[in-house]
Amino acid sequence: MTTPLAPPRLALHGISKRYANVIANDRIDLQVAAGEIHALLGENGAGKSTLMKVVYGATQPDEGRIEWQGRAVSIRSPAQARRLGIGMVFQHFSIFETLTVAENIGLALDERLSPTALAARIGEVSARYGLPLDPQRLTHGMSVGERQRVEIVRCLLQSPRLLIMDEPTSVLTPQAVQALFETLRRLAAEGVSILYISHKLHEIRELCDVATVLRNGRVSGTAIPREHTTATLARMMVGGELMQCKLEPREPGSIRLEVHNLSLGTEDPFGTALREISLRLRGGEIVGIAGVSGNGQKELLAAISGERLAAARSAVRLCGQNVGRLPAARRRRLGLCFVPDERLGRGAVPGMHLADNCALTGATAGLVRHGLVRGGAARAFARATIGQFSVKCDGELALAESLSGGNLQKFIVGREIRLLPSVLLVSQPTWGVDVSASLLIHQALIDLRDAGAAVLVISEELDELYAICDRIAVLAQGRLSDAIPVAELAAETIGVWMTGAFEHAAV
Amino acid sequence: MLPFDRTVWPLRLERRSKPSAAMRVASSPLAVLAMLATCLLLFAALGKDPAAAFRVFFVEPVDSLYGVGELMLKATPLMLCALGLALSYRTNVWNIGAEGQLTVGAITGGGVGLFYGAALGHWSPAVELAAGVLGGMAWAAIPALLRTRFHTSEIFVSLMLVYIAQLLLSYLVHGPWRDPAGQNFPQSPPLPDNALLPPLFDGARVNVGFVIALLLAALSWWFGKVSAAGFRMRVSGLAPAAAAYAGISERRNVWLALMISGGAAGLAGVCEVAGPIGVLQPVISPGYGFAAIIVAFVGRLHPAGVVLASLLMSALYLGGESAQIELQLPASVSGLFQGGLLFYLLAAELFIGFRLRRVRARDA
Repeated sequence: MTTPLAPPRLALHGISKRYANVIANDRIDLQVAAGEIHALLGENGAGKSTLMKVVYGATQPDEGRIEWQGRAVSIRSPAQARRLGIGMVFQHFSIFETLTVAENIGLALDERLSPTALAARIGEVSARYGLPLDPQRLTHGMSVGERQRVEIVRCLLQSPRLLIMDEPTSVLTPQAVQALFETLRRLAAEGVSILYISHKLHEIRELCDVATVLRNGRVSGTAIPREHTTATLARMMVGGELMQCKLEPREPGSIRLEVHNLSLGTEDPFGTALREISLRLRGGEIVGIAGVSGNGQKELLAAISGERLAAARSAVRLCGQNVGRLPAARRRRLGLCFVPDERLGRGAVPGMHLADNCALTGATAGLVRHGLVRGGAARAFARATIGQFSVKCDGELALAESLSGGNLQKFIVGREIRLLPSVLLVSQPTWGVDVSASLLIHQALIDLRDAGAAVLVISEELDELYAICDRIAVLAQGRLSDAIPVAELAAETIGVWMTGAFEHAAV
Repeated sequence: MLPFDRTVWPLRLERRSKPSAAMRVASSPLAVLAMLATCLLLFAALGKDPAAAFRVFFVEPVDSLYGVGELMLKATPLMLCALGLALSYRTNVWNIGAEGQLTVGAITGGGVGLFYGAALGHWSPAVELAAGVLGGMAWAAIPALLRTRFHTSEIFVSLMLVYIAQLLLSYLVHGPWRDPAGQNFPQSPPLPDNALLPPLFDGARVNVGFVIALLLAALSWWFGKVSAAGFRMRVSGLAPAAAAYAGISERRNVWLALMISGGAAGLAGVCEVAGPIGVLQPVISPGYGFAAIIVAFVGRLHPAGVVLASLLMSALYLGGESAQIELQLPASVSGLFQGGLLFYLLAAELFIGFRLRRVRARDA
């Protein structure tokens, strides 16, 4: 903590930033003391990213002052920010997969270091902060957690006085999150200030000293997170009461989807081969698959959706039929629907309007008939989807790419649910989606389950899986664990299983 | 440091919140106007009277019925090839071998007229046209097969097949199909009269191919707008991953795109042989199949745009010829016009998605 006399490490006064149609930041004040872990909390679109870009010099504010250690500065570029002592760890890592750890770090440094000196410094920093990292290792085989370590070490090499972390835990296992917090606490103890951007309330309560909450581009409050409950923090963030989704116990019905002993190589050189995967999914239940992305999620989804074919017809069974060798369109006709994690470009065609994006998968709802696209029916379907799932957009003729991530996700989830699937696959249903939209999507999935459909959810967010799933399995290194009822499955067990340490129960 | 000082540069490119519909319509006409203005300035710099040059270039070639017929005649193969190519490019299938498919269509269609024309009587033109379409399709089937089977790039395969088709034609007219009465000229005997496509109207050489091209433009518009197959092709072109996700077969789209563009190019070839040329000779096309690539893009890959762009390109060919004769300008003026057109088109297209905004002082 800081003494009252010392100036704060960073002080923002009345920062405003306008874009063509929106005010991203509206007169924001923010102070970060030395050695403080300061949370920046807010829904998507609340202005967190813009504010961080201002601090990191990636964009210039229209109005307002920035003070760095008590001195007024104007930060014109990220390079200048780094010279001042501001480091940023981005949510999406920019790593060249064909290079080693040391080469990747060397590329991003502003100063030139000899390879040996660099390796020594990487070793020193990684040992000091508990971030094990081999400088000579090629990065392509690394897990997301390891890649994040590369990013953090890269920032720490420049001895920053302020470290900005943008949603750092969204891709980490629970154990990796704890390790990261340990590192951050150690940094803070040495006097480094940390700006921690997140919408995960329990993490903020656990880690952060102070929280500034943003809503619609304005500061809606500051708080000591430890003195609040997640519910009161959420209220500050959303500006109203949050509904809670409820999962009532329910007797599952007949088997809708069965994956039996599925092994599948990978087409992607950095992908993960599936090994002997078996899974049963019944009508009226939601089964979750936990695990860190890159452990076979992509391959498993492609094998179930039919984008890739299995070797044996019986490896995938859908509503009692062998479909392992049927292409995606035929599986859709049997009642399979799918919400992919990649929304723009896969779940929706960016340059087409929403009505056409309904026709994309709407053949089973009669939107394509006799070789013709029925434009009127597609527009009506899109309008109904927009209404039912409160998608914010310019009507059914708005281009998919004009929607925000959360709204597009509501639209895609809504579109697939309104096709009345017997089996719904959902991958990362609420990635980058704000709290209220997440709840709406969760409730929609639960309603679908209550109507008797079988739902398979793949997610990296354990909280999400615990909130909506009847059973959870873990996918690690291309193998899938048994699916265990949530009440019998501790989060720690899942964390252990994520490393691949699980055995199948004898059948 | 930054390449230029942002405090001095007063304008900045800014992404529009949605693409401008007005600019989408206006970009091609703006490009044409800018191209005209540039070229007229250039003529003035060369000491030619711009008004006279304009007249020589754009008015004189079409001030007679014959001239209008020539405009339509030259536009026909461009339009046919470009319609198919536009559809193919919208599907993300990069057939750049329309010139080869045109040549093979000329060989098959011309061959039918040559050997069976007399026997077929007044059915001959229809059978020739069908044979030309099939010939173009067969030539386009090679890149289709290789891409769907072995993932070869259709760009290279279709381009290389252009030269093979031209050599095949050359072999035929130098060898087995050479006119015995032709004094060793490398060309076939003339097609029998009943195998020729009659002119659309007296005093011109344009034939039924122009009408077919217009009908195909209308059909192509309908196909892209309403049909499920056209929709699937569009999805493939815009977002291949979304197509795979929705269960759209890539193989079927590749085949359709190459069959349609190959067939249309083959039709263009037979319309030349059974139309203005009347014999098979080593060179059938002065590069229509390649110029059609420019036409397709100037027409913004839209059938109506392709119709207008092929007329424009045809006018540039005719104007270039008359400028050479009357103004003693070099033959490269046609290329200058084509290049200028493409240049301004690409520049104008930028403003569909972006706009220029004056930077306020405090932004910088």
